Amino acid sequence: MLTVELLVNILACVFLAGGAFFMITGAVGLVKFPDFYTRLHATGKCDTLGQIFTIVGCMIYQGFDFITVKLFFVAAYYIFAGPAATHAIMKAAYFTGLKPWKKGDPRM
Amino acid sequence: MNETRVMKGREKAFSMIITFFVALIFWLLLSAWNKYQFAHGEYEPIRFFRGVFVAFIVTLIAHELLVPARGEKVLLKLQRWILYIPWELYQIVLAAIDVASRVFGLRPVDPRIIEFETTLRSDLALTTFADSITLTPGTITINIEPERGKYTVHAIDKGPADALTVDQTMQKKVGYVFMEEG
Amino acid sequence: MILPFVVIGILIGCTIMICSYRMIFGPGTFNRFAAASVIGTKAIVLLILAGYIIERPHFIDIALMYALLSFIGTIIIAKYLERGELCSR
Repeated sequence: MLTVELLVNILACVFLAGGAFFMITGAVGLVKFPDFYTRLHATGKCDTLGQIFTIVGCMIYQGFDFITVKLFFVAAYYIFAGPAATHAIMKAAYFTGLKPWKKGDPRM
Repeated sequence: MNETRVMKGREKAFSMIITFFVALIFWLLLSAWNKYQFAHGEYEPIRFFRGVFVAFIVTLIAHELLVPARGEKVLLKLQRWILYIPWELYQIVLAAIDVASRVFGLRPVDPRIIEFETTLRSDLALTTFADSITLTPGTITINIEPERGKYTVHAIDKGPADALTVDQTMQKKVGYVFMEEG
Repeated sequence: MILPFVVIGILIGCTIMICSYRMIFGPGTFNRFAAASVIGTKAIVLLILAGYIIERPHFIDIALMYALLSFIGTIIIAKYLERGELCSR
């Protein structure tokens, strides 16, 4: 009953569940944090890792095939593009004059 | 130091050949799954020439972006950069766990903006360091000035801000990879 | 092994609905733009999972193309919001 295929499926499910947990944490952080700059922290880091874990879970489920190479390209592209997009949005907000939040201010 | 010049002769041929082979291997990897789906005899080898044609067009358009003019000691920098990537991936996992603990209220949220200077000057080293700051727990890059190597960084708490300015572990690592330490 | 993919897909749908709260009520342009970027990246993962549910691997090419185009769109809108114009002539 304890075949290799069952172990591979369980490992893929663990990675998929971890990815979904980090994505939900990123979305809850987007609603809960008090300021625009801290919300970008939540989406830029948690979101990126949640997506990478989900795609790695799909790669483990597939095994050694050519489709794994395509999924690897999507994941590797997102490691480089996620932080770059976060930096672009934050730089645009800083130079337009959005004020950062200090501890003790009202929530904005 | 980063002026652009027109490539002629041997450098241009070298860069075009490298770009052509990289594009051809990328096309083969993306379309190879189709070969095993259908039965034998339905896949004609003439489809390989589509890949050669597409790789040729990509080489004509983009060979100066992919393999720029020769710097110094490129192979040594490439080898050290490949060894730097697993440390990066470990830092991504730590960063997500750190943000998750701040969402659930286990650690405080006390943001601030800090500025500091480094000794890195080339384009690739500045970009790698900015990416590394964004992937480290607690900090995101806002602005870079390339003449003096000055970074403006938004930190979410006192702990990550001190790890960047006082300890300076990441400046030493990136300086070691690109051989511009100071 | 179709059931875990369906469950994860429903969880990602809940994530998109939580993000749409920030898209409707966010004070200012930048909050809405950040929420739109997050929803765009969730669509990529949903495409790959949908490809696994109906057992056709062609969806991964579409996800790769959409990831590239949405990243370029994010950079262009950020550049426009910073400068007020796209090409300085």
